[in-house]
Amino acid sequence: MTDATIVLDDNHEAGFGDYFALLKPRVMSLVVFTAFAGLIVAPGGIHPFLGFFAILCIAIGGGASGALNMWYDSDIDMVMKRTKSRPIPAGKVTRGEALGFGLTLSAFSVVMLYLATNWVAAALLAFTIFFYAVVYTMWLKRATPQNIVIGGASGALPPMIGWAAVTGDITLSSVLMFMLIFMWTPPHFWSLALFMNADYDKAKVPMLTVTHGKRATRNHILVYTILLAGFAAAMFATPLAGWSYLIVAVVMNAAFLRGAVVLWRRNEEEAEADNYKAERAFFKLSLAYTFLHFMALMADKALFAFGIGGPF
Amino acid sequence: MAITKLHDMHTRRRSRNVGLGLALGAFVVLLLGLTVVKVTVLDPSIAAQEAGY
Repeated sequence: MTDATIVLDDNHEAGFGDYFALLKPRVMSLVVFTAFAGLIVAPGGIHPFLGFFAILCIAIGGGASGALNMWYDSDIDMVMKRTKSRPIPAGKVTRGEALGFGLTLSAFSVVMLYLATNWVAAALLAFTIFFYAVVYTMWLKRATPQNIVIGGASGALPPMIGWAAVTGDITLSSVLMFMLIFMWTPPHFWSLALFMNADYDKAKVPMLTVTHGKRATRNHILVYTILLAGFAAAMFATPLAGWSYLIVAVVMNAAFLRGAVVLWRRNEEEAEADNYKAERAFFKLSLAYTFLHFMALMADKALFAFGIGGPF
Repeated sequence: MAITKLHDMHTRRRSRNVGLGLALGAFVVLLLGLTVVKVTVLDPSIAAQEAGY
């Protein structure tokens, strides 16, 4: 966590794009999508402008926590191939600038969300930023191989914030949306870690693959995928799930469970022989998994509005 | 006294300055919109008038 080894690039003054990159735009897109889904499926309604404003605040808050993560993790980012072109290790932005940028946007997004919607949504956003920047980045990431399991909570909160922006409360439905992402995070990241192992190893990040080996990781992926299917099914206990969700949940959970079993059955020789083909396929499937589940919930909400179908 | 000669620094900082200017402009517009919507939503008489009651 020292920037003594980061050489500032004198020929390149930080551009607007470098500051934007601090916000982790790709992660932000998932935050925006799930927050939007939470906002859409929530009962009642919100003025479209306030809804847009709320999503913007959630996106900025999520991005701000990304900037704080880059500030603290610049030493790790420098040694990992995937992250060494980020603005701080690339010498375009200093650590101090990233910290100031992250803190300012964090405060700004929480206050603006409170002014636009309500204190529950604002408090959840503040908790998300705190959890990602402090609990995950500063504490768990370097301390335990369960880092992404617990840290995943911050990535799972946006649909709850979107929901709270409309209703001002926390209910079983919003908690189950949280659980859907929370339980999905471990198999998603561990499948990535299976074929990106060397990177985490080099950075001395205690990923499960590094500390307990790939066999244990494959076992963990299977267990979490089974638990995830249980939480996906629990959504039927809420008024959110209709026919679209039923179809998506059955198809995607069957495919995801099958993928997890394939990964569990494989050993390292087999995986290395085909360059982790099944692990890469499972990772890609995991991206479609969340996207389709939340799309289905939104589709059901639209169908209910037109009087087509209804909750189970 | 006006700056008549562009320094290399000005060129390098252009994208940051333009971006910041646009972000601030967007912020002003958003705040204006938020104010208008909040006043409308919180004031039942305006909301009723808009709904045609």
